[in-house]
Amino acid sequence: MADPWSSLLPAEASNYSSQVDLLTGLMLVLALGLSAPVFILMAYFAVKYRRGKPANRTHAANRNIWLEISWSAIPFVALLGFYLWSTDLSARLYHAPGNALQIDVVAKQWMWKFQHPEGQGEINELHVPVDQPVRLIMASQDVIHSLYLPALRIKQDVVPGRYTSEWFTANRPGIYMLACAEYCGANHSEMGGRIIVLDKADYARWLGQSSVDNSLALAGAALFRARGCSGCHEPGATVHAPRLDGIYGKTVALQTGETVIADDQYLRDSILLPQSQIAAGYPPIMPTFQNVLSEEDVLKIIAYIKSLQPEANTQ
Amino acid sequence: MTDFAEAHRPSNLSQTGLSETETERVSYLRAGHSLSSWLFTTDHKRIAILYLISITFFFFVGGAAAALIRLDLLTPKADLLTNEGYNRAFTIHGVIMVWFFLIPSIPNTFGNFLVPLMIGARDLAFPRLNLLSWYIFMLAGLFTLFVLIAGGVDTGWTFYTPLSSMFAHANVVLAATAVFIAGFSSILTGINFIVTTHKLRCPGMTWGRLPLFVWSIYATSLVLVLATPVLSITLVLIAAERLFGLGIFNPALGGDPLLYQHLFWFYSHPAVYIMVLPALGVVSELVAAAAHKPIFGYQFVAGSSLAIAVIGFFVWGHHMFVAGQSMYASAVFSFLSLLVAVPSGIKVYNWTATLYKGHISLDPPFLFAMAFIGLFVVGGLTGLILAMLAVDVHVHDTYFVVAHFHYIMVGGTVSAFFGALHFWWPKMIGRKYSLVWGRLSAIFIFLGFNLTFFPQFLLGYWGMPRRYHVYAPQFQVLHVFSSTGASVLAVAYLVPFLYLFYSMRYGEPAGDNPWPAIGLEWTTPSPPPKHNFAKIPVVSGPPYDYHVEIEGKDG
Repeated sequence: MADPWSSLLPAEASNYSSQVDLLTGLMLVLALGLSAPVFILMAYFAVKYRRGKPANRTHAANRNIWLEISWSAIPFVALLGFYLWSTDLSARLYHAPGNALQIDVVAKQWMWKFQHPEGQGEINELHVPVDQPVRLIMASQDVIHSLYLPALRIKQDVVPGRYTSEWFTANRPGIYMLACAEYCGANHSEMGGRIIVLDKADYARWLGQSSVDNSLALAGAALFRARGCSGCHEPGATVHAPRLDGIYGKTVALQTGETVIADDQYLRDSILLPQSQIAAGYPPIMPTFQNVLSEEDVLKIIAYIKSLQPEANTQ
Repeated sequence: MTDFAEAHRPSNLSQTGLSETETERVSYLRAGHSLSSWLFTTDHKRIAILYLISITFFFFVGGAAAALIRLDLLTPKADLLTNEGYNRAFTIHGVIMVWFFLIPSIPNTFGNFLVPLMIGARDLAFPRLNLLSWYIFMLAGLFTLFVLIAGGVDTGWTFYTPLSSMFAHANVVLAATAVFIAGFSSILTGINFIVTTHKLRCPGMTWGRLPLFVWSIYATSLVLVLATPVLSITLVLIAAERLFGLGIFNPALGGDPLLYQHLFWFYSHPAVYIMVLPALGVVSELVAAAAHKPIFGYQFVAGSSLAIAVIGFFVWGHHMFVAGQSMYASAVFSFLSLLVAVPSGIKVYNWTATLYKGHISLDPPFLFAMAFIGLFVVGGLTGLILAMLAVDVHVHDTYFVVAHFHYIMVGGTVSAFFGALHFWWPKMIGRKYSLVWGRLSAIFIFLGFNLTFFPQFLLGYWGMPRRYHVYAPQFQVLHVFSSTGASVLAVAYLVPFLYLFYSMRYGEPAGDNPWPAIGLEWTTPSPPPKHNFAKIPVVSGPPYDYHVEIEGKDG
């Protein structure tokens, strides 16, 4: 398809990208509309009223206050329209659909590691299926990074100490740029790679070809045992610790009287900073795993906790 | 005066330059010839010259770093500089240009020189404090040069944590110390201007008659005094984390890296207005003088400087749209950022209206003012595009942002700085320079600037991240354009220093009011005597009281 814009714009690989480009394009039109009168009039006045050149320079007796008000108000009202459009568009970035494929991302100086739910891991390359919402849950092991996917017009900083996320639905198979956008030290400009959008069949084939020892949840289960989590958190443990079956996504009551949703961030904090949010009714006895588990390990354990379904209700 | 032959009239030129005029013999420039008469002066005009020399020096140091960067970016691979070397080059470029050129540029040279002259005072309110602030500035500058010699620093001028506090290897604490010290110079200068504007206006110089340049320096000073301490404290916290391992910003120690960004931008966004407000004031002066007309909408132009200073404190969050801040915070900051457009737009439209039916002279100061307006408008409008959340998520931390803020800070502020230099040079030095060379410089600065930075908007939208020196090959063409423009710009920035320097010896005496313009500074001899006014002037009319033909009245 001969798209006249294609040579002027970076690749568009999602509906969202096309909408951002449309917004930018119309903003440019507005910018031209606001600035052209200034440029044209300045040049025109500079010629017409050049010093020494005869011209009618008689001014009207009264200056119009409405002139001041109109050139302050009219551009602003036009901008408000764009503001609403843009804010509405970007609000989508905060609400990933529930059926999104979740891929874990760990950033560190200077590489990107991606973990697919079935356990396939890759470095500096991200394979995703087309027409399928994909949500990236991102953690950093050292400084702030930022995962930038220009063809999808999105980026999100990856901040140590917390999870951030971004999501997209790519609509065009292809190979696109993937880069770190937040300056992160010596080899910042080499911390990049590719995002490869595949047809669903190709994606399934790729998943099959990539060597997998274990799914993330299975790897997490092994860690759960190896690191001693199971000693307290499994049924039959003598220690009074919360059961984790089905906890993901539930509301948890805290000792302080507040409640939190048990999302990725809460689970992560509970592992690394267990004293910060104590579940109501439990003693604050859990040790921190801050220097024991890597970001990747934590993500695996969270995947395992997510996989724990509550036992079927007995009739 | 406006043509080449006349500017070079050899009338009373001798081979050794023009002989000293009567005015010059009693001017501030000749009030003492020893080095100590300069280094221990409390004359605001001499301190202005000291600042002019020092910031020009830093401008060329920062410019040399820029030249390295642009050379390195000619190719997509790492040829000229290593990764670390490149990071150090852009860090030193940013640190020097922001804190040692842009922030002090117009306020400390032209503000120092002109504020007392424009309000009919004999000096600033605290002349010794003024000298002290220059010494503090120089101490900070020496620290920066030491950092440079000691191998540089590689955190970027933004010193983001935890990179700066825990991971960077280079002289972070030294560089932060330099900026910390420079902050005191800013604060002292700001206080001095605020007190001077309140207390030393001559009889009849009411607030409604203040020149717009003084209004903008006043607004700038408020920002300097209120914002700089926040930066100073933040830098101390970085040093504390780095030296003593206190957990403030590093999450591994229980800190919050985004706290740093909030604190840093709470200073650094207002700092953008510290850099650009004085430029807006300069341009108001240049436009009125070139058009020989009262500035259109004086109250609106003056009020908009204060409005920009106030709103500027409430938009810092637009630097953090992708940092992980709440969606609602981003929406509010996006809206507040659009508000800045209103007072900025008011200024631009009022300048245009001032030209209407004026008597416009196309001398260098006006050409620089035109260049400023053109570049400031592009910078401002792309700022609006960046304020849009959906667009910013894409172009944040790309060359689009680099282009945008260079249009404001370099295209805008540096053009205004050169405009001021060309407008008030005859007053400061007492000699005329070649107008032809002045016009050529203005035109080439404008062209070179656009060739350098316009391609960067395209690069950014294409997805080229900033602070990259190894980049994808498809970006190379635009980088080559940009580097070519940079070499034009470098020459265009150098040339004025040659002909201005030449004019100090060989230029014609300027006379009190060469342009001719209205304003108290033009009622003094050029260069002014040590105490400015033999008799304190009394102001009885409005500012910019140029003759205007009004309908129904006699011309």
